[in-house]
Amino acid sequence: MQQTFVQPEFRVKIDYDKCHKCGRCVQQCGWGVYDFNERPIPHDEKCRACHRCVTYCPAHCITIEKNTLAFRDNDNWSTDARKAVWKQAETGGVLLTSMGNPRPYERIFDKLVLDACQVTNPSIDPLREPMELRTYLGRKSDSVAVEPNGTGGFKLAGSTGLERNVKLDTPIIFAPMSYGSVSLNVHRSLAMAAERCGILMNTGEGGLHEDLYPYQDNVIVQVASGRFGVSPEYLQRGAAIEIKIGQGAKPGIGGHLPGEKIDREVSSTRMIPQGSDAISPAPHHDIYSIEDLRQLIYALKEASGYKTVGVKIAAVHNVAAIASGIVRAGADYIYLDGFKGGTGAAPQVIRDHIGIPIEIALAAVDQRLRDEGIRNQTSIIAAGSIRSSADAAKAIALGADVVAIGTATLLALGCHLCQSCHTGKCSWGITTQKPELTRRIDPEWGAERLTNLIHAWSHELQEILGALGVNAVESLRGSRERLRSVGLDEQTCRILGVKPAGL
Amino acid sequence: MGICDESGALMSGEEPILAMAVQRDRGNGLGGGFAGYGIYPEFPDHFCFHMMYHDLKAKEEAEAILDQHFLIEVAEPMPTRPVKGITDAPLLWRYFMTPHAHLLEEREVTAEDYVVSVVMLVNARVDGAFVASSGKNMGAFKGVGYPEEIGHYFRLEEYAGHTWVGHNRFPTNTPGWWGGAHPFTLLDWSIVHNGEISSYGINSRYLEQFGYTCSLGTDTEVAAYLFDLLLRRHKLPLELACKALAPALWTEIDRMDPEQAALMSSLRAVYGPGMLNGPFAIVLGFNGGMVALNDRIKLRPLVAARSGSKLMVASEESAIRTIMPEPDDVWMPKAGEPVIARVKGMDLPFHSQLHASPAEISCAVTAVETACEIEEVAV
Ligand code: SF4
Ligand code: SF4
Ligand code: SF4
Repeated sequence: MQQTFVQPEFRVKIDYDKCHKCGRCVQQCGWGVYDFNERPIPHDEKCRACHRCVTYCPAHCITIEKNTLAFRDNDNWSTDARKAVWKQAETGGVLLTSMGNPRPYERIFDKLVLDACQVTNPSIDPLREPMELRTYLGRKSDSVAVEPNGTGGFKLAGSTGLERNVKLDTPIIFAPMSYGSVSLNVHRSLAMAAERCGILMNTGEGGLHEDLYPYQDNVIVQVASGRFGVSPEYLQRGAAIEIKIGQGAKPGIGGHLPGEKIDREVSSTRMIPQGSDAISPAPHHDIYSIEDLRQLIYALKEASGYKTVGVKIAAVHNVAAIASGIVRAGADYIYLDGFKGGTGAAPQVIRDHIGIPIEIALAAVDQRLRDEGIRNQTSIIAAGSIRSSADAAKAIALGADVVAIGTATLLALGCHLCQSCHTGKCSWGITTQKPELTRRIDPEWGAERLTNLIHAWSHELQEILGALGVNAVESLRGSRERLRSVGLDEQTCRILGVKPAGL
Repeated sequence: MGICDESGALMSGEEPILAMAVQRDRGNGLGGGFAGYGIYPEFPDHFCFHMMYHDLKAKEEAEAILDQHFLIEVAEPMPTRPVKGITDAPLLWRYFMTPHAHLLEEREVTAEDYVVSVVMLVNARVDGAFVASSGKNMGAFKGVGYPEEIGHYFRLEEYAGHTWVGHNRFPTNTPGWWGGAHPFTLLDWSIVHNGEISSYGINSRYLEQFGYTCSLGTDTEVAAYLFDLLLRRHKLPLELACKALAPALWTEIDRMDPEQAALMSSLRAVYGPGMLNGPFAIVLGFNGGMVALNDRIKLRPLVAARSGSKLMVASEESAIRTIMPEPDDVWMPKAGEPVIARVKGMDLPFHSQLHASPAEISCAVTAVETACEIEEVAV
């Protein structure tokens, strides 16, 4: 067999003087990096730099280093570009990868700064004053109609207008990640945390395992092009229903779950044969126009007793026009997924080169809906690499009602962004179905860490609101006046509706 | 500051001057003003325009527009007296007028819509002319100076009104100029405002959706348009409009009975972008009374008192004690709780099912869309 040209990316170094020869590293590594022959022997080429062994080595004697082989400098032909050609010349295949786009595109959030109040309008102390984050996800009426209540006051004339809304205690929810791509214990952790935080988790396209039924009031059930796990009962169980049209990491293509990950449980939840590949079609085969989408939205509403129905789309060039159509088609919320969003598996060329940043998409959609006077008729969820509460606050200021976080939740559960989820061997037990790996996540432990994360970010959002001198998140939502750009070009500023710092 | 005699009895303009004078150190001499209601009993049904002109040319141009739209009954210089500290006053004139009936008919608009469009037209078209007020049986008196100086300059003690609002300005965001002093008025409405609205960005974006253009860039303008949206266009009763602008906390709403909780949740969810957030105390004056409103966590002072049929609100109790030394009751209105004064026998210019139908209502900014068009032409 030919020798591969692709040299290992990492070097696994063990300080054998300190090593206990306990073999724990061998057992911890999901990718089988180690052999054991009186002492652990690493095979560098298999290492993904997931740091599982590093974290659990009792002697702290493992380090993972970059394999710093020198290549002749060439700005045009990066090392990665050369490696990609070698890999494809060897295999003839599409390069698969996972997690979010790692390429050095401009990070717009990092060039936006928030305002603070001084003197004429004071900042507010979130430790002493109420600081409200409660958010309703869904369609609102344009005005409130009232009538006398007979005792000198007023009451609503008709409905509350909030029937198709889901109450959230904080404007952060968990992004869709399907059971199958992640383990059941991850789903259990997410569901428990969602309940404790008063927010929502999202099934993704893999159906709802019966262990999650007790948490159904905190679950968005997704309907994707593969229709995995969709049944009338499934629709009834969700707090809201989401039609997945596109995903930020891989706009234009459907999900792909390899047969190895489809064990008995996944198979029964998805309602597909065990061991068969679960391949979602790229489009919904019953949606070839906006009218078709409208019909599906109303079919789902009929089937679920008029629950909140949202539509998830990937951020692409004409996202604003699409979003406007979706609102007019009756969606109660729009989930916008930017091109840096994560994925369990995607062709690298798609992940790295298709789609637009969430900041731009969000700003364009929010403005378009306002221009058309229909912003009140929908909520916007922004996702696609929300890395911190600061990103969340900036997204809200640009116009998001809610942000969704996926990668950040996996990081909380141990993920080290090794971009190897598609292998199904995640050492951290997250994106795998191997029982010896999935049991590494104790749902109770996972739920606690996720709850901590949501609470921490929520507290930080409250701090930010306080600095901004407002005490309710709705006063930040869409308030682009509270953002300034540092170093963004004029065109981008105009699209974002944000002034440069100093103005 | 606002004071209203709910019996309809008239107070001399000296009273609001005194109330403002004791609060002198709340301003810096760059803006003071008053609005009085019921002050022109001899012309109760005429629209009264208080005008500011920078020069005679502006006056000529503006008068041409007024003449074209109205039957001008009286045109006269505002009575003023020289006052130390007041310099650089523009030419100040007032007009009592009625709209040309045939034009009203032709355009199929209410008299209020018509007046608003003329106000916007004059402000936008004529360089150096500004409409200080445009309501019936009311007027605004404002300029650059301390309020007591402005009050004496305009000889306010010679007027008598059932409702007065007053303001002392300490401009921070916008420069002091005669037109920029408070109150901000349109038709019968006048707004004075102490504070700064931290939610300005989203409030103005929200209003844009409904065709309002916040061209002055001031918080007061935003507050006025929001009142207009809620009261006139969305037909909310006054109390609920105040609740939408300064809503209860969720923890309070959760403790309300289900009917009220549903109402308040709905108001918050729907009007969240209109919520005025940040420190403010606002007095909205109108023919028939006034309403005072504090922000939802009371970041600005607002004291209220009642003495007989008089209801008074002010930033400081000292102002109240100047006018009513021994009031029957003095209280700190709770955060977000409106204090409403209604003059007996006068209709409120707001409608809900309880009140008149939309067309009969006279309140502010009735033709914003037209206003926007005019501005584009001017640019
Ligand atoms: S886990 Fe650490 S101590 Fe144990 S065998 Fe591996 S390298 Fe040695
Ligand atoms: S893949 Fe992870 S567990 Fe395996 S050797 Fe590398 S860092 Fe350690
Ligand atoms: S989930 Fe697991 S496989 Fe995927 S990037 Fe994170 S650590 Fe790697």
